[in-house]
Amino acid sequence: MKIVVLMKQVPNKDAVLRVRGDGKWVEEGDLSFEVNESDGYALEEALRLKEKKGGGEVVVVTLGPQRAKSVIKDALARGADRAIHVVADDFGQAGPFAAAKVLAEAVRGESPDLVLAGLQSDDHGYGQTGVIVAELLGLPHATIVIEVDWSGEQLRVKRELESGWYQWYTMQTPALLTIQSGISQIRYATLKGIMAAKKKEIREVQPAVAAGEGEFQTVERVYLPLKQKQTQFLGDGDAKKGAAQLAEKLRNEARVI
Amino acid sequence: MSNGILVFIEHRQGAINKTSFEAVAAAQQLGAGTGQEVTAVVLGADPQHANEVTGFKLAGVVSAENPKLADYTPDAYADAFEQVVRARNPAFVIFPHTYLVRDFAPKLAARFGKGLISDCIRMKAEGGSVVFARRLFQGKMDADVTARGEVTAFATFQSGAYRGDQAERGGGASVESLPVEVGEVRMQPEAPFQEVKQAVDLSKTDVIVAVGRGIKSQENIALAQKLAELLGGDIAASRPICDAGWLPIDRQIGSSGQTVAPKLYIALGISGAIQHLVGMKNAGTIVAVNKDPEAPIFDIADYGIVGDLFEVVPTLTDEIQKLKG
Ligand SMILES: Cc1cc2nc3c(=O)[nH]c(=O)nc-3n(C[C@H](O)[C@H](O)[C@H](O)COP(=O)(O)OP(=O)(O)OC[C@H]3O[C@@H](n4cnc5c(N)ncnc54)[C@H](O)[C@@H]3O)c2cc1C
Repeated sequence: MKIVVLMKQVPNKDAVLRVRGDGKWVEEGDLSFEVNESDGYALEEALRLKEKKGGGEVVVVTLGPQRAKSVIKDALARGADRAIHVVADDFGQAGPFAAAKVLAEAVRGESPDLVLAGLQSDDHGYGQTGVIVAELLGLPHATIVIEVDWSGEQLRVKRELESGWYQWYTMQTPALLTIQSGISQIRYATLKGIMAAKKKEIREVQPAVAAGEGEFQTVERVYLPLKQKQTQFLGDGDAKKGAAQLAEKLRNEARVI
Repeated sequence: MSNGILVFIEHRQGAINKTSFEAVAAAQQLGAGTGQEVTAVVLGADPQHANEVTGFKLAGVVSAENPKLADYTPDAYADAFEQVVRARNPAFVIFPHTYLVRDFAPKLAARFGKGLISDCIRMKAEGGSVVFARRLFQGKMDADVTARGEVTAFATFQSGAYRGDQAERGGGASVESLPVEVGEVRMQPEAPFQEVKQAVDLSKTDVIVAVGRGIKSQENIALAQKLAELLGGDIAASRPICDAGWLPIDRQIGSSGQTVAPKLYIALGISGAIQHLVGMKNAGTIVAVNKDPEAPIFDIADYGIVGDLFEVVPTLTDEIQKLKG
């Protein structure tokens, strides 16, 4: 059994973002990066499936510049068996179709039984890459998956619907699933895992298509969101003072106490 | 030449999803700005739901029909919708950004060599130029986006971006039944269900104190609990808190949880991701406490305190206690 996990590197959650000089993206020079949250859960699910099946291989596929190696190394330390790094500096702003095309070509030769991806990225938030990869590879897919049962012959997955509803699907395999954050508890890398990772293979490949190919949209401008409400900021940095002002406002202005 | 606008009408469990009407409103505005007609598309085993949208101002309603469309699957929906798009060659296809649309629309667009301009929050359509706005970085940035290429552009709109009650009514659009072919369906759905009978109904309480990842540990929730009790309200949470099992899932606010509109909503250590906001943005008064001044939760807050919730909450509780006497 072979499981491919698509993993992306994104700016840290609590990064302070500044718009780049040309107004078309954020300044990346001063950012630190981490693995996309739901991709981390996708990896964890792959490792658990492998353990339950008592064997198989987990292969990580990452598209990104050299700095994305840290995501790969971390995944290998957690237990992935090997990785394919599609090295590209110019795909940072790629749309989901272009990125999916490159990823699909990287995955194709592996002929996996299952492909797992996070359900969306924390930076662009397109929420499409996994589904498009499935279509390009001719695989059935399910999105927003929060439980995977592959104990028998059949693959059964629990999908999240809106407003507290769920639904189980039985899937033909090979298949692609996009995994929801919180599906399980993510393990830490052990020291032994970190040592073992040093010997694992990371194969570097070139993107199968050039950046810009397959783009269906142009990002004209990136800017701080327009405020929907006039927020009254209280306390001026003094939390206690703010709390006291807030109590007073809630009583006399908003009249909710 | 591609022309016209298609808008997708979603139905689930026998009822049309209300965000579909928001998509109709968006499509109509796009139609007005680009001088194009809007046609609704409903997929199903029969025209039942197509007949329910004829009251809108539309050029028509396409009812794409096949027995395999009785239950939603991405395979069947993509096959069916692909044929509608090929038959119509529209300039735009508009969807509500629901979980169902997220599941099949990227697959559909990929068959036309495209992705979706997804989860848009605004649109400006004037004199033929159309600019979509969407959120990046979980709400920390916005981007203006235009469609590239000549053929059909696919766009989805976030829930609440347009108002469903502002979709224009009209003189009775006619339904065109279009039998469609559906290939092999490679996934079998079971019946949808709710995990637990919801023990608490937060939609009825006046005051909600909600905690997010900023609360740091399960023990700390007691702080917020105390504030909630003092205000005669209920405790609730963002998703990661319920995922971690610190509070039961029926306390989760947001697109996968409950939708609430209390008189007062106090968000403690919640960043304000859209999936959380859709569940609470209609609250009367919104208070946000967050140590990050750029946290998107402040965009919709009436009162904000930039600071450490562990300093703010005890003082706030004391002060309210004093006011209450
Ligand atoms: C399909 C889908 C469905 C989803 N459904 C839901 C849903 O129903 N409900 C939901 O809530 N989310 C949902 N999410 C998840 C959502 O996208 C966010 O990940 C989630 O809401 C983040 O929760 P949070 O704000 O608690 O955590 P974070 O985003 O990590 O934010 C924590 C915040 O706490 C602040 N903070 C930290 N320490 C302190 C301190 N000491 N004092 C003050 N502030 C502090 C930080 O500055 C930060 O802003 C869904 C996501 C997807 C993709």
